[in-house]
Amino acid sequence: MSLKDLVTPFSVWKRALEKPYTNRKPLDSRPGADRYRGFHINDVDKCIGCGTCESICQNEAIDLVPVEGRKTKHGDSGLRPKVDYGRCCWCALCVDICPTGSLGMSNEYVWVDSDPEVFRYVPGHDEKPWNACEKGYRRAEGYDLLEPKRVEMPMLDFSESQKSFVEMVQGYSKEQAMEEADRCIECGICIATCPAHMDVPAYIDAIRRDDLADGLRTVYEANPLPASCGRVCSHACEHVCAMKHKGEAISIRWLKRYIVDQIYANDYQQFLDAAAPENGRSVAIVGSGPGGLAAAYYLRLIGYAVTVYDANEAAGGMLRYGIPEYRLPYDQVDKDIEYIRSLGVTINQNVRIGADVSFQEIYDGNDAVFFSTGLSDPYALEIPGEDLRGVIPGLTILDEVTKGQKPDIGDSVVVVGGGNVAMDAARTSRRYGAEVTILYRRREVDMPADEEEIHESQGEGVTLITQAIPIRIEKGETRRLKLIWGKAEMVPDDRGGRPRPRLIEGSEEVIECDTIVPAIGQQADYKFLPEEIAGRLEFAKGMVTVNEFKQTGDTKIFAGGDIANRKRDAISAIANGHSAAKGIDIYLTNFAAGGRA
Amino acid sequence: MVNTDTRSDRPARRGTPIPGTSSARGVPNLATRSQEHINDNPLMPPIVDGKAVFDLDSGKYLKLWQGPQHPGITGNMSLELVVCGDEIVECKTHVGYLHRGFEKLMERRSYIQCFPIVCRIAVPEPDFNEYLFAATVEEIQGIEVPERAQWIRTLNLEMARLASFFMWMGGMAGAFGLGTQGQWTVTMRDYILDRFEELTGGRIYHMYMIPGGVRGDFPEGFTDRLRETIDTCEKTLQDVERTLFNNAVFKKRAKGLGVIHPDIVDQFGIVGPNARAAGFARDVRKDHPYLVYDQLDFEVVTHTDSDAYARAWVRLQEMYQSMDLIRQILDRMPAEGPFFTKLPNVLHWNVKPGHIYKKAECTRGEYGYYLNSDGSDKPRRIYVRGPSYTHAVSLMEHLSIGCNIADTAGLMVSLHTYPPEVER
Repeated sequence: MSLKDLVTPFSVWKRALEKPYTNRKPLDSRPGADRYRGFHINDVDKCIGCGTCESICQNEAIDLVPVEGRKTKHGDSGLRPKVDYGRCCWCALCVDICPTGSLGMSNEYVWVDSDPEVFRYVPGHDEKPWNACEKGYRRAEGYDLLEPKRVEMPMLDFSESQKSFVEMVQGYSKEQAMEEADRCIECGICIATCPAHMDVPAYIDAIRRDDLADGLRTVYEANPLPASCGRVCSHACEHVCAMKHKGEAISIRWLKRYIVDQIYANDYQQFLDAAAPENGRSVAIVGSGPGGLAAAYYLRLIGYAVTVYDANEAAGGMLRYGIPEYRLPYDQVDKDIEYIRSLGVTINQNVRIGADVSFQEIYDGNDAVFFSTGLSDPYALEIPGEDLRGVIPGLTILDEVTKGQKPDIGDSVVVVGGGNVAMDAARTSRRYGAEVTILYRRREVDMPADEEEIHESQGEGVTLITQAIPIRIEKGETRRLKLIWGKAEMVPDDRGGRPRPRLIEGSEEVIECDTIVPAIGQQADYKFLPEEIAGRLEFAKGMVTVNEFKQTGDTKIFAGGDIANRKRDAISAIANGHSAAKGIDIYLTNFAAGGRA
Repeated sequence: MVNTDTRSDRPARRGTPIPGTSSARGVPNLATRSQEHINDNPLMPPIVDGKAVFDLDSGKYLKLWQGPQHPGITGNMSLELVVCGDEIVECKTHVGYLHRGFEKLMERRSYIQCFPIVCRIAVPEPDFNEYLFAATVEEIQGIEVPERAQWIRTLNLEMARLASFFMWMGGMAGAFGLGTQGQWTVTMRDYILDRFEELTGGRIYHMYMIPGGVRGDFPEGFTDRLRETIDTCEKTLQDVERTLFNNAVFKKRAKGLGVIHPDIVDQFGIVGPNARAAGFARDVRKDHPYLVYDQLDFEVVTHTDSDAYARAWVRLQEMYQSMDLIRQILDRMPAEGPFFTKLPNVLHWNVKPGHIYKKAECTRGEYGYYLNSDGSDKPRRIYVRGPSYTHAVSLMEHLSIGCNIADTAGLMVSLHTYPPEVER
């Protein structure tokens, strides 16, 4: 102990002369730092209610709840996160993981209330002083828990692809599929939008677990044509995918294809449910397109004897005759169909109902009838000169190619239309060496064809002319035909629809070509229905009116596919077939004579 | 009552012991000076096998509970003391006041969900948990963390060390009734927390060192503000040094208190400043360098007195060292670059199977994380090695025998007790 030790401590007094660093009263408000993890904020219009914040929260502090004035719609669950500050630990992982980037945190941290219940609220929806707060925690640039880019799909390049009908999309390898499957956040937004409500997160999870048999089982629960859908589905799921808000959607369609591609057709039966023994009732199905086949599969599975009647040489409908081989190889259509056939479904080819067998006959001979006959009559352009030689509807070209005939298209082709049939006809013509131009009357963004089809057709050298309205067709001078078309301007639609094209008076352009391919849509042909039965059904705008179980005005007749839904794609037809199978089962079990009831 | 305060009369032990040797008798010598003192004093109960033998019914002893709040200690634990006069003859430590079962909770959570949990295991110093959790997961998974992230992590750990020591320093002074230094150091800690707040978004729980790197780069002007803060802290620390380490009260009470005999360092598993003050130049940063410590210049601080004062002195030096390291890091770290590397999708991340133990030098010594992964999306087992478990439970029971009850708080603080990390 020294004198120094007694005296030195008194030097603390020198600080009495320094500026104090304590707060004075009234207390100055002290804002949180710019990155402070304060109360949550949420841009509720940007938020899609995917619930990923809820999944990552380790405290279960977040609940997705319905909020007033917000409805469930495609790509939006209609729910919004509700945060419980009795549980929240302010880790902000919810902010980091939010795929839309709508969730953030303000730098506000003072909230005093005597009622503990108020500390549960829906950020952004409930009025709070910090809702518009610009500061606070946001996910930093350069830090991301999710991968916004999809695994690139190996594809033939355009110079190769336009030379042959070899399948362009080559499919994922195991590593690629697993990497892509890893990106999925399992929010399930896609399930609601998929017309067949396939359990997408479950089969993607099966890929991650490398349990493809389980994946196949999940797929078949809602879709008995996965080899085809894995290639050509219109993938509404990917349009609503939560990851699309962040970057690229999960390649849902191609992951489904991956599962199916890895399993041999002969192995299906060991992984999938066997069909129930026949229950003594029979159902006739008219048309072997996706709708008919789906209905056949699910009906056969639960014990019905199913006979499919089809006018073509081979089953598959538009899958086979409307989609070119480079998008959907025939052996893949066969893979799907052969499995359905192996369950005991009888498919009678080359039987045209109404000509070879009457509808009445199958109506009388079966307990129920499902028809899904599709749209077979192409719409005409309704312009002069349409009857000239060289005007060939798109579907006809595709049909001929499937049947192994070389279409008579010459060296130059003009396709009119902007849907998938137009793209397919154009790209098929390219593969026969023709110069191809597509005329479409609206803008490129209005084209109903899939984005990738538009992109790929252009990549393969197809010229796209938009806002072009065909006026008349004449015999050509240097070529077989010439098409006179006029430029269109877009005018707003009075009824609030998309802008409509209007011909600019006096504008007139000419293209000389060997072939003109109208591909502006098609309509149904119901001539096979006997008048008496047709009288019992209802029709609206060319479509059969059905209830939610696809039952028509005649309780014994069910209908689906393009003739009964507006989406007019394979997956909607499959969904219709599935619903109809359920409807037929409910009807025959409970309401028809001889049923249980 | 007899006057038992004879500690200050004894000369401080000098000379560096040789680690790992046991006493001349060939058996581990668990005796400390306070126990020798009890054994020398006929009024006190005899010590057999390191424990006092006494008859509680004799009326000579009093059972006394101390705690669970202790000055200068974050978290709660209790001491069940038996005192003879004002001297402790037996001490039983009781924990369980803040058992939150983190290790078990983590077995029920995905890896990313463990990330916000680990920081709560040692409240005043969450960053070592964050770092070690991230490091174990990264090593098992084979993730390379970008260089800049490694520097930022090192900086973060040194800032945490400094903040934690500032709080400890206040506790140490406060435990002996010297409140002024406590006010200064807690303020300095808050200044460091300001820097943490702007860097990480949180003052106490930073939740910043996520597997893969860190969650954000420096905000604009951060390094300048950090340097300023460190300058301010250094100036205050010099004041603390002058008024605490040259303070008759502090010296009188801390010197000779809770002497850890070098022989028991390995027997108890004593680490960190507690071991260094006993002459053991052990520091994970030096012995098993992690992050970028091998690129930084520093010497391991040791002392040989091994009492509360020596431990305080070692910690004081390590605070200066920490400030120096922070400046070195700011000078040497790469100016830019990525600070995070892509992880597998954390929502269903199956970490590769395996097990691993990683350690780092926290303010109390070797802090370790053992991770056992069975290849699923949740850890099979995470074991946290907190030095306070050794220091605050078994060592405290041992050292407190013969200690004056007024010095119990000082003794606990001098061991740098963090009950939260005892109870994981």
